[in-house]
Amino acid sequence: MNETLLRGLTPSVLGILVRRGADFAAAEDAVQDALVEAIRVWPTDPPRDPKGWLVTAAWRKFLDATRADAARRRREDLVDEEPAPGPAPAADDTLRLYFLCAHPSLTPSSAVALTLRAVGGLTTRQIAQAYLVPEATMAQRISRAKRTVAGVRFDRPGDVATVLRVLYLVFNEGYSGDVDLAAEAIRLTRQLAAAIDHPEVAGLLALMLLHHARRAARTSPDGGLVPLAEQDRGRWDTRMIAEGVAILQAALVRDRLGEYQAQAAIAALHADAPAAEETDWVQIVEWYDELMRLTDNPVVRLNRAVAVGEADGPRAGLAALAALDDSLPRHTAVAAYLHERDGDPATAARLYAEAAHKAGNLAERNHLTRRAAHLNALR
Amino acid sequence: MAKYLLLKHYRGAPASVNDVPMDRWTPEEITAHVGYMNDFADRLKETGEFVDSQALTPQGAWVRYDGEGRPPVTDGPFAETKDLIAGWMIIDVDTYERAVELAGELSAAPGAGGKPIHEWLEVRPFMSPSQHTIAE
Repeated sequence: MNETLLRGLTPSVLGILVRRGADFAAAEDAVQDALVEAIRVWPTDPPRDPKGWLVTAAWRKFLDATRADAARRRREDLVDEEPAPGPAPAADDTLRLYFLCAHPSLTPSSAVALTLRAVGGLTTRQIAQAYLVPEATMAQRISRAKRTVAGVRFDRPGDVATVLRVLYLVFNEGYSGDVDLAAEAIRLTRQLAAAIDHPEVAGLLALMLLHHARRAARTSPDGGLVPLAEQDRGRWDTRMIAEGVAILQAALVRDRLGEYQAQAAIAALHADAPAAEETDWVQIVEWYDELMRLTDNPVVRLNRAVAVGEADGPRAGLAALAALDDSLPRHTAVAAYLHERDGDPATAARLYAEAAHKAGNLAERNHLTRRAAHLNALR
Repeated sequence: MAKYLLLKHYRGAPASVNDVPMDRWTPEEITAHVGYMNDFADRLKETGEFVDSQALTPQGAWVRYDGEGRPPVTDGPFAETKDLIAGWMIIDVDTYERAVELAGELSAAPGAGGKPIHEWLEVRPFMSPSQHTIAE
């Protein structure tokens, strides 16, 4: 039994049922039942058209489940009238699911859970493990999400930006347990990019690939954080970088710039440098300026201050930083870094220690504490 | 989503507003209190925000390594001077504001006279397990 095949087919079968008018929750139950039957039947009696088989089985399960005695006759007639599932435009149906799962009425966490379940075909247990919550909690989150979108019908395309935000949330969760959420986000974004022609979808896919390509170099064997400048660039996945750059270039040519393309351009400039010292910081600052025009995100302004510090020297970086609210996450860490570069280890050490105190994850806290200790030892 | 630890203290927290020790409540008041806590947990299970919840006994001890080949040292009969944790609940919520809202609700559990205890709960964010790539 090919689990990957089944997982790949699930969203489009689900999409077809939803398009035919099945309620989302009922459609999902029906698809699950059909999958169970497939696992039982296929090993001895493999179908010629797996997707057609699943659609037929799932539609029958759906009708079985919704059939009331009074309406039995009428529904059976409906089944007879239903055209045989041919080679349906699979991409469109899956696309519906992306938009349904990222519906604005859902909270971000519900949208993420529903997307992983319905579009990604992950089990509730796998999603719960990845998010380190009990399975029952995740089951509730998903069924509430299903109830929320139960009455939603699709008469117009949804908001691509919302779908992309959900996929980026999944990507940023990284991985734990047996599901690599970053890889899963890339798989889903690829699928979306194949179904929809939109420069920002390509931009997000490029961005994910460019980040993912550096993953092996980003942590030391003991789990510590390795900053970009100190990463062993030989461990970067050059094929993935080349793919990301190619996708980005094709998107940029279309001259419909968006924030994901701009972020990917920055990531591409980092990936392009054979050594940290050869990074084109001037161009990176220019992309940050573009990004600031597109989105007024304080994190972007903070990152821009770092880039200015590299392009025009630490004093210029500190001047850019002075204009920002110092309660921003990582503001203190950036200040510490720029003071260190400016040849002021005493201030830098104090700020690194302060930044470590505020850090939101262990790898980052350990890294900042180590920087502070290193500078203190030099004095 | 982010996880938060809601800590309930036996001692060490500022005094509650309705600060009557539980052993002076009526049995009905105790039942009402326990019912409130259970309902609260059930509601969070329903919303998909519940992660874990445990109560602890007050019999805490401090333990310390005392050198090679020697048994660990445990502290003496002075435990009553320490901060003591009575229990915890772990929630997984969309925002910090939601965590505070829920802690406030938990603090309103009824005590003596059927009135809210207004006890102080400690809210502590978990270190996030993953590195967020956007700010690399």
